[in-house]
Amino acid sequence: MKRLQKADYIKMYSFMLKIRRFEERAAQLYGMGKIGGFCHLYIGQEAVVVGILMTIDKNDSVVTTYRDHGHMIARGLDPKRIMAELTGREDGYSAGKGGSMHMFSKENNFYGGHGIVGAQVPIGTGIAFTHKYNGEKNICRTYIGDGAMNNGQVFEAFNLAALWKLPVLYIIENNKYGMGTSVDRAAAGLDLYKRGEAFGIPGEKVDGMNIFSVMEAADKAGKYVREGNGPYIIEVQTYRYRGHSMSDPAKYRTKEELDNYKQTDPIEIVKAEILKKKIATNDEIEKINKDTLEEIKNAAEFATNSPFPKDSELYTDVYL
Amino acid sequence: MSTEILMPALSPTMTEGNLSKWLIKKGDTVKAGDLIAEIETDKATMEVEAVDEGVVLDLLFKEGEANIPVNKAIAIIGDPKEKVEVKKEAPIEKVIEEKKIEKNIETKIENKKAEIIDTLSPKIEEDRNLSSEEITMRQALRDTMAEEMRKDNKVFILGEEVAEYQGAYKVTQGLLQEFGKERVLDTPISEHGFTGLAVGAAFKGLRPILEFMTFNFSMQAIDQIINSAAKTLYMSGGQINCPIVFRGPNGAAAQVAAQHSQDFSSWYSQVPGLKVIAPSTPYNAKGLLRSAISDPNPVIFLENEILYGLKGPVNNDINFSIPIGKANIEKEGKDLTIVTYSIMLQKSKEAALRLKEEYNLDTEIIDLQTLRPLDTETILNSVKKTNRLITVEESWPFGSVGSEIANIVQRDAFDYLDSPVIKVNSADVPMPYALSLEKLYLPQVDDIINAAKKVSYIK
Repeated sequence: MKRLQKADYIKMYSFMLKIRRFEERAAQLYGMGKIGGFCHLYIGQEAVVVGILMTIDKNDSVVTTYRDHGHMIARGLDPKRIMAELTGREDGYSAGKGGSMHMFSKENNFYGGHGIVGAQVPIGTGIAFTHKYNGEKNICRTYIGDGAMNNGQVFEAFNLAALWKLPVLYIIENNKYGMGTSVDRAAAGLDLYKRGEAFGIPGEKVDGMNIFSVMEAADKAGKYVREGNGPYIIEVQTYRYRGHSMSDPAKYRTKEELDNYKQTDPIEIVKAEILKKKIATNDEIEKINKDTLEEIKNAAEFATNSPFPKDSELYTDVYL
Repeated sequence: MSTEILMPALSPTMTEGNLSKWLIKKGDTVKAGDLIAEIETDKATMEVEAVDEGVVLDLLFKEGEANIPVNKAIAIIGDPKEKVEVKKEAPIEKVIEEKKIEKNIETKIENKKAEIIDTLSPKIEEDRNLSSEEITMRQALRDTMAEEMRKDNKVFILGEEVAEYQGAYKVTQGLLQEFGKERVLDTPISEHGFTGLAVGAAFKGLRPILEFMTFNFSMQAIDQIINSAAKTLYMSGGQINCPIVFRGPNGAAAQVAAQHSQDFSSWYSQVPGLKVIAPSTPYNAKGLLRSAISDPNPVIFLENEILYGLKGPVNNDINFSIPIGKANIEKEGKDLTIVTYSIMLQKSKEAALRLKEEYNLDTEIIDLQTLRPLDTETILNSVKKTNRLITVEESWPFGSVGSEIANIVQRDAFDYLDSPVIKVNSADVPMPYALSLEKLYLPQVDDIINAAKKVSYIK
């Protein structure tokens, strides 16, 4: 892996912080009734998507689950338009027709945002198929929750990806719970990264609270996939601070467990590293904090002032 | 005693076969289990074994003879001494000919009245580019796919047995040889996975043609069809379309029972974001499949296994297409309207002929061709003319395509109706296996005639 520059550390910190502030604001807007439906927050998992972001090519494709706000921010998409989708307004990425779980940006190779557990896995495999079919050197990064790892189509996709040597990097975000069911109550065999073994897909487990570990693994895996060796699985051990969705009080876990994870907060780890390496001063970090807060506040304002979709929009975009 | 070896039925829908090769000759002694011939069916070439033992007394067909009906004697084996005795009584050929007539009465698929089935709708007859040669539905489908693949290398085919096996129903025959394994892909038996993969490929800009070996197996993949393929354009605010064709046989085959015989036309027609097509002839199969492959939306293309062998003229222009969403007036008439699609067009035409002969009723037949979007204008115009409507389809009655048509007609042409709309559907039960029950389950010509009498108030 190439040596990290000062700017890389700042980039990591800024993106992770932006995701966290975004999610906190989304929770607030949800509480105010400005965001409806299901809303799944990414707080605690920021190191995963930002760690992988550090190793990407803009022409690579991304597809993920319904916990997708962070993935969109990491893709460099505009928080204003993401938030406007959450509030169901016409400036949202899906013009207010998709909502939190179904957001897309074709021009940025971001293919959703899928509401059905596991459905994005064959889809991501098909996007990778297209990269190969077109003779492109790009890969498709396909995110999977731990809950989907017990879903049949995931294994069908693994089989196809290995059989046809498709350039797809599977990233299992193991946040320990599929809704309220802990992994050990759902999965026979806790090493989810080994679930590609039967298909000959290499896999490894990574500490997802530490961005540097994620980055290193993603870099290695990305190279393997890009070189035409077929799929690769990274299982990232992470943790969501919030419930499954906004309506989940998360009574199935203890406060101690949560506090324990907060001790290894992924953003604090980067911040400490920045200060230790004297990449930035406390004041400079404070400025990033303030600017980020401001940017997200503006996004929320934009999202609550954007108009609702016109009634005539009900019947558009059904067919092209 | 001599024994006849009969042309075997090697698939549920086989009615005749070609004798590609004899593996025995007159005078050979055969034992049970010996290979005796190679038979080419509508799907494949297969070897046939002897089940009886004896000396080959006669081979009744030459190698290369085609279209030999199922259950017709193709060879005689037995004791050479007895052959003479048989010949004394009656020429073997004649005995066989009589037996064949008896057996054919029991033929699984009713293919009588071929002349009615062959009559073409006025619109097709007007087509100046109509081929003089008749081809089968499967050839029409294959040719269209090949033509579109030659035009656009983003078009590719995937499915079970589509490549090396040449298609479970031979619809993809020769495509692997022409386009190679990068564009004609055999998949594992994993519908959910490969359907999702194809949908992802379509999101990313390819134009997959996905063959379901039969639409029964699309149930394994229905989440990807409905939740991913049909909805993503809408959910993405118009950004991501899904240009894909899901095709394969739908509906009843022949005695394959409940899990392999059902009609999904109304299921898929219910879903906004999907277009649904059901061709009935080689002619419209070509025109409609071309439109389906060129369409930027997901299209469900419902073929019918029994129709694969149906022959007819086509338009060979490589740009000939039939627009999606347009019904065809298959036969004009003034007394009542039958709205139908897919294989039930054949039965409706047969019924129309008998309605004319027996009741002097002049039936108008509308072949929907596309189920979604539905051509309501053509239906309503016809009802306004004939004032009587029956719908004929193979699906179950509850919430069928006919149910929706009945609703539209009562809403928009209520004052034109002289009698209630009657729907002819399959029985409201899972498909049974027994031949007798299967026939009862499926709409028959008599059911259509009874419905026509009822809407015409004929006792």
